Amino acid sequence: MLWPMYTTVSVDPFSEMKRLQGEMNRLFGTVGDESEPFPAVNVWSNADEVVVTAEVPGIDSKDLNIDVQGDQLTLAGERKVDAPSEEAVCHRCERGYGKFVRSMRLPFDVESGKVSARYQNGVLMVTLPRAEASKPRKIAVTSE
Amino acid sequence: MSIMTEQIKSAPVEKKETKPAVEMTQDRPVFSPVTDIYENKESILVVCDMPDVDEKGVDVTLEDEVLTLVGHQGAQDTKEHQLLHRGYDTGIFRRSFTLSADVDREKIKARIAGGVLHLTIPKTAKTQPRKIPVEAGS
Repeated sequence: MLWPMYTTVSVDPFSEMKRLQGEMNRLFGTVGDESEPFPAVNVWSNADEVVVTAEVPGIDSKDLNIDVQGDQLTLAGERKVDAPSEEAVCHRCERGYGKFVRSMRLPFDVESGKVSARYQNGVLMVTLPRAEASKPRKIAVTSE
Repeated sequence: MSIMTEQIKSAPVEKKETKPAVEMTQDRPVFSPVTDIYENKESILVVCDMPDVDEKGVDVTLEDEVLTLVGHQGAQDTKEHQLLHRGYDTGIFRRSFTLSADVDREKIKARIAGGVLHLTIPKTAKTQPRKIPVEAGS
């Protein structure tokens, strides 16, 4: 018998594949999760602009960063801990804090120089005017 | 639509909608606002996230021992724009807590700024810890 010893030991040929599948499921487990990432946004638009609103209460407007490039909008910010003095005992701590970044693609290119943002009562509202180049142009049809 | 996010630590992603036992007269969704409650020697502090609620839209009541916080969110204008994506809904924030009876009802302070409601509920003098001076006997 020239067969090496290990072939006689019963080995499940699929065990490695099962392990790999488990790893993949663990890695991509969150894909397909439909829940909205933080911050949740509402997006509105008309022919000339797109408006993005997000509920981000308790943030200093200096800690909000908005970046626009082409049709990409990135909202970033940080909510600082606003717990009272250290001697206070927390009975219920539900509010989160920390940094967030969210990028999204807008339906069209925007004029990055004319983007305006307003933060009022904990709601961020970004108004992004549509770039002239991306506006639809009506093509006149001539008949002979 | 979103590409990549780094979530706020332990922040709930979605507003928690509730079906209150006593319904509101307005037909709008009712959410339970996320709330922190702290206690120190002198008072109880309630911090509550109510985005899009200003001082006119907030209602704080203390009836018997039940503290109720209600915040009405402004309506988003939909006339000029068409909705492309709805990540959150707006409506009414409402939440009640039972307080101990030992609070000074007259001195409750409420402040709302940046969509965050802060309540300071002082404890009555008798429940505050009192330091007893000890004299040395001769």
